[in-house]
Amino acid sequence: MTTNLIYFAWVRERIGRSHETRDIPDDILTAGDLITWLASQGEEYANAFSNPDAVRVAVDQTHADHGQAIAGAKEIAFFPPVTGG
Amino acid sequence: MAVRVQAQDFDIGAEIAALQEGRTDIGAIVTFTGTVRGTTKAGDITSMTLEHYPGMTEAELGRVEAEAHGRWPLQGSTIIHRIGDLAPGENVVLVVTASRHRHAAFESAEFLMDYLKSRAPFWKKETGTDGTGNWVDARESDEDALERWAKP
Repeated sequence: MTTNLIYFAWVRERIGRSHETRDIPDDILTAGDLITWLASQGEEYANAFSNPDAVRVAVDQTHADHGQAIAGAKEIAFFPPVTGG
Repeated sequence: MAVRVQAQDFDIGAEIAALQEGRTDIGAIVTFTGTVRGTTKAGDITSMTLEHYPGMTEAELGRVEAEAHGRWPLQGSTIIHRIGDLAPGENVVLVVTASRHRHAAFESAEFLMDYLKSRAPFWKKETGTDGTGNWVDARESDEDALERWAKP
C-alpha cells in the first residue's frame, strides 16, 4: 500500500523531513504496527519513535488510536500531543 | 460559525461586530483571548513558533465548533488561531461565542477552548533567551479539563 506519511513538531525534526511517500508492507495492519515498522527504518526513525506512547496518529486527518486499522489510508500523520490554544 | 487559521493578528472588536451585524437577537457575547506568555518554568522566552497541520486543523476546529452548537443554543461563534512566529504579549487564539443568554455563551467558550487545546493539531515551540528552542509539553490538566464535558 502506497501512503503519504506526514510528520510534525519534534517527530518531524528527529526524522529530518516533513513528509514522504512510502510503500507499506501488507502485514502492517494498524497505526501501532506502522510505528513499530517505521522505527526499524533507520537511526532517525528509531529516535523519533523510541517512545511510541508519546506519538499521536491521525489517519486521513482524523485522530486515531494506535490500534486503528490503516487499510486504504491515503495520509497518515505522526506528531506529539497537541499544544495549541 | 467561522474558523480561521492565520499568521496575522486579529481585531477582537471587529470580530464581535461581524457576529452582531444585521441582527438583534443576541443577548450575550463572550470572548476569550489567549496570548503569548513571556515567562515559563524554564525561564524567559523571546518568541513562540506555532506549527499546525493544514487541512486537519480547520477540520478539527470545525468539528469542535459544530459540537458546541449542538450542546448550546448559540447564535454564532468564531474561532481564530494564529500560526508562525509570535512575540511575548502577542495574541495567539480568539474564541467568540454569541447567544441569547450569558450561560450558554460562557460555557460554550470554555468548552471550545478545552477541546481546542486537546484536539486541534497545533504545536508550540518556545525560543529561550539563550537561543535554544523547546517544544512545549502537553499538560495532563488540559486532558483532565475535558472530563467535565463528558456526556453521561
